[in-house]
Amino acid sequence: MTPDSPLTASGLSVDYGDATIVKNIDLKIAAGQITALVGPNGCGKSTLLKAFARILRPKTGHVTLQGQPITSYATRDVATRLAILPQGPVAPEGLTVTELVAQGRFPHQTLFRQWSPGDRAAVERAMDMTDLAEFADRPVHSLSGGQRQRCWLAMVLAQDTPLLLLDEPTTFLDLKVQVDLMALLSRIVHEDGRTMVLVLHELNLAAAFADRIVMMREGEIVAEGTGAEVICPDQLRAVFDLRADVIADPETGRPVCLPRTPDHVPMHALAAAAE
Amino acid sequence: MNATRTIFAATGFWLCLGGVVLAFLWHISVGAKAIPLGVVWQAITAPQDGVFDHVVVRDLRMPRAIFAISVGAALSVAGALMQGVTRNPLAEPGILGLMAGATFAVIIGIGWFGLAGSAYVPLFAAIGALIGAVLVWTIASAAPGGATPLTLILSGAAVGGFLYAIESAAILLNEDTFRNFRVWLSGSLTGRDMQTYLWALPWFIAGLIAALVIARQVTALAMGEETAAGLGVDTFRIKVIALGAVVVLTAAAVSVAGPLGFVGLVIPHVVRLFVGSDYRLIVPFSAIVGAGYVTVVDIAARVVLAPVEISTGIVTTMLGAPMFIWLVRAKL
Repeated sequence: MTPDSPLTASGLSVDYGDATIVKNIDLKIAAGQITALVGPNGCGKSTLLKAFARILRPKTGHVTLQGQPITSYATRDVATRLAILPQGPVAPEGLTVTELVAQGRFPHQTLFRQWSPGDRAAVERAMDMTDLAEFADRPVHSLSGGQRQRCWLAMVLAQDTPLLLLDEPTTFLDLKVQVDLMALLSRIVHEDGRTMVLVLHELNLAAAFADRIVMMREGEIVAEGTGAEVICPDQLRAVFDLRADVIADPETGRPVCLPRTPDHVPMHALAAAAE
Repeated sequence: MNATRTIFAATGFWLCLGGVVLAFLWHISVGAKAIPLGVVWQAITAPQDGVFDHVVVRDLRMPRAIFAISVGAALSVAGALMQGVTRNPLAEPGILGLMAGATFAVIIGIGWFGLAGSAYVPLFAAIGALIGAVLVWTIASAAPGGATPLTLILSGAAVGGFLYAIESAAILLNEDTFRNFRVWLSGSLTGRDMQTYLWALPWFIAGLIAALVIARQVTALAMGEETAAGLGVDTFRIKVIALGAVVVLTAAAVSVAGPLGFVGLVIPHVVRLFVGSDYRLIVPFSAIVGAGYVTVVDIAARVVLAPVEISTGIVTTMLGAPMFIWLVRAKL
């Protein structure tokens, strides 16, 4: 891990209502890499992401952004360094793709300086990266789920921040679209030199695309490391209460988890019984 | 906004503004004695003492046209802000209790504190609007499922009905005090003097300026609170300013015209059909189109059953209710 992590949490606890959702977490996000937060529903991964973006205030502990306490920044200055895409955002009816992407320029504008050539360039670049040029003037709500998710991604890309936080960007998308989107995110991080934190539901997607995986359970970090370090049968049983085998992808060597039902009998045992 | 859209929007804006000017002149020319538009124009631009028609235009008819324009702009902008900030397509000062609260407070102010024709009327209306909004929101929040568009409408209807009942009782018990307010209570531009309007004028201006200043942030808020926060919008501050602007605009409108239902619901939706979802366009266009709408509606209120005049509020409600039903079917 690089010593100068752009985003860190130390002793971070976050309450939601009466419950403590995130409990005393210490985490340094690795610069220039994709970090995936995984864990069962309600483990606090989305809450942690929001606390990282200052959308939720921690009860104790603190977040540092580029070496300084995130609370020391003005709201607008946070948004020029860190962009967050919440889960399942909804575009107002009638908003066109270009208008949505242009919203990403908000923190770079003021009441009296609303639209500059720099803004235009950033919007065009973001739409280029996400392959949205052909939809520029279409209303967002007329697009498919995958196309819409690319629009939102383009919006946070247009924000032009070194840090990107995305909450479950692949939910409700077809498998092919999920894979395409993850490949796009991977390109953005590794070719554009950005740092990304993702909340992901799908373990295999995290294993295939994330550089680092942080596994959470009941508000605490249980394991942290590369996919191969973190994803193993014991860990899956302990964190997800899931019986699964883990094999290595023959092409990439990354771990792939194969869930097993409780009454599953391995093939070799069946063969032995038949003899 | 790209260059073509900017030109398109600017052209549309000036066209709408021209329409409002025409409606304004037409509003003045219509009446028991029709005054030609040319004379109306002359009376405004180059008035001559002793010309009877000029006096009629300047002293009797023009104030009412000015009220119509101001009230229409204020209510439409208030509705647009509420719909944007709350992401509730049915939000509107009339539906969510602000108008009922403002009306109630004015009635109480006049009945108990003898405020008729005083500079405190807009202040009373503003306090009433704020209390009405908070009341409706609190009741809706206590419902199972919380403050959804539907529970807010139900809560707004309950609060509105309750306050109206008390108002009616107060008026019945004290007919002398309220003789002039019966008509006002149904939403009318008659019988208000220029002095009342001048007291409300700063409130109109403050509310409209605040709405224009936060328009950009409202667009972001319309995409969801977390998205807006991620973009660097101080969501709490913007919501407070928006609430303030809505309260102030509603109070000013109610002070001048009483409750005019559904203006704030209808106009922003019509405007959105043409200018899209950017509140930097929705706010100014709502102001202009709302001003024209109430002016034309008030012409209709005066001429349809002439010489009998119907309250402007009755006409806006008759036109707005079908729109409300359509919105419920299409958006809920």
